[in-house]
Amino acid sequence: MLTTPIYLDNNATTPMDPRVLEAMLPYFTQKFGNAASRNHPFGWVAEEAVDYAREQVAKLIGASEKEIIFTSGATESDNLAIKGVYEMYKDKGNHIITLTTEHKAVLDTCKHLEKLGAQVTYLEVESDGLLDLQKLEAAMTPQTILVSVMYGNNEIGVIQPIKEISAIAHKHGALFFSDATQAVGKIPVNVNEDGIDLMAFTGHKMYGPKGVGALYVRRKNPRVKVTSQMDGGGHERGMRSGTLNVPGIVGFGKACELCQLEMEQDAKRLSALRDKLENSLLELEESYVNGNKQNRLPHTTNISFKYVEGEGLMMAMKDMAVSSGSACTSASLEPSYVLKNLGLSDDLAHSSIRFGLGRFTTEEEVDFAIENTKKAVNHLRELSPLWEMFKEGIDLDSIEWAEH
Amino acid sequence: MAYSDKVIDHYSNPRNVGTLDKSKKNVGTGLVGAPECGDVMRLQIEVDENNIITDAKFKTFGCGSAIASSSLATEWLKGKSIDDAITIDNMDIVEELALPPVKIHCSVLAEDAIKSAINDYRVKNGLPALELEKSHH
Ligand SMILES: Cc1ncc(COP(=O)(O)O)c(C=O)c1O
Ligand code: FES
Repeated sequence: MLTTPIYLDNNATTPMDPRVLEAMLPYFTQKFGNAASRNHPFGWVAEEAVDYAREQVAKLIGASEKEIIFTSGATESDNLAIKGVYEMYKDKGNHIITLTTEHKAVLDTCKHLEKLGAQVTYLEVESDGLLDLQKLEAAMTPQTILVSVMYGNNEIGVIQPIKEISAIAHKHGALFFSDATQAVGKIPVNVNEDGIDLMAFTGHKMYGPKGVGALYVRRKNPRVKVTSQMDGGGHERGMRSGTLNVPGIVGFGKACELCQLEMEQDAKRLSALRDKLENSLLELEESYVNGNKQNRLPHTTNISFKYVEGEGLMMAMKDMAVSSGSACTSASLEPSYVLKNLGLSDDLAHSSIRFGLGRFTTEEEVDFAIENTKKAVNHLRELSPLWEMFKEGIDLDSIEWAEH
Repeated sequence: MAYSDKVIDHYSNPRNVGTLDKSKKNVGTGLVGAPECGDVMRLQIEVDENNIITDAKFKTFGCGSAIASSSLATEWLKGKSIDDAITIDNMDIVEELALPPVKIHCSVLAEDAIKSAINDYRVKNGLPALELEKSHH
């Protein structure tokens, strides 16, 4: 039986796997100790649990457990990585390179550093969302200390050529950081094969709990250091103070272990369902996939349905949780900057919907989504003056729209 | 954000969706908004010889509140004289649909569309266009 509303917004957050919850529960009550309490069994039990989780997390990304710094999530990890590297290496150079399509946690951190004297280059991506490596090569300078490029994009799911990007960064003596929040646990990510020096990821995008994440910091070839952004008791090798969130970390570890075991079969199943969803929706006239279709996370598709507005469309897709790139500018919100950076016109950006499938998405739900979305698009096109003009062959660009 | 029942009702069962023949002399058309802003509203009225609105139609590209505002506007317009219709205020729409503050401009759009349709009719029929106060946003 299908229960509604169905959840197709797994890029925003995932439900927690019940097996994760089960692993966490004892650490709220019986095993509540502080992992830093070195002198009694309560502390030892907690510390042991954290150590075990650290191994589970490290293993998923091919790292050693000493290279994992637990944080409160990817936002904090992004901040720690970029601010921490800048402060640590700014005598070497003050130049950082990133993309215009990064998450706000990266972009706003870079903007913050600009005020403190950093020079930041925001590279534009191509119309398929991917970085042109030659543009990166051309932007590198002797002052470049850090290249920050996300692994998989949260809105359109495109996967950047990480290996090639890290190679270019290293060739010029810069470190490479990746916000891999959307990729870890969904596709194979290996920090050594990919040449990653620092990497941010988070529990709640991979069926783990919210409020816990990690920063991977390379210890060998090269040994990377970041200055702490949270000072105090010197936890996490001095890089991130604060009593460890033991139940959260245990859950995060369990989530990583499950992803390692099930990622391949999940990805296979989800990409088939995603393709079914996408191909069925592309049967609608004037609908377009945003972003590169080959190099893409298996569970994500972002589609623009021309001549209907995303927010209105979401409302018509009753009983479905999805996300829209639309935000009416009159309500003084901007439509998705990621889509605009692909060169999408504003009206196409306003017409976009992101579908994010997940481990618990069923085929029945996808069938429901197809039916429901088609009905909604058709309903709204009936209501759309732009659709009518399009059907009459009127060039919308030829109309002088009244300011309002 | 949750929508009010009335917004949902107008949105799911929009009243008076459609198109009137804009070349007819007794039809006034208002087209406001812009695709790149995420909203376009077209509102049309058909007026009889006593200046009474006998029919109203709309089509809207926009959020649920914009669709509901224009649907409601067409209901209110029918049967009104053009002089009464011009006094419809966006805050009446806000109140009726219980729109939250971020959605007030959707109702402004509907008010603008009403006024622009009436003026189109007036100009077509030799009446002076009314000076409209610039919309409030
Ligand atoms: C690419 C990316 N980076 C960072 C974040 C922030 O993660 P968190 O919610 O764990 O701070 C998200 C999630 O919204 C994301 O998609
Ligand atoms: S028309 Fe802009 S949010 Fe409703």
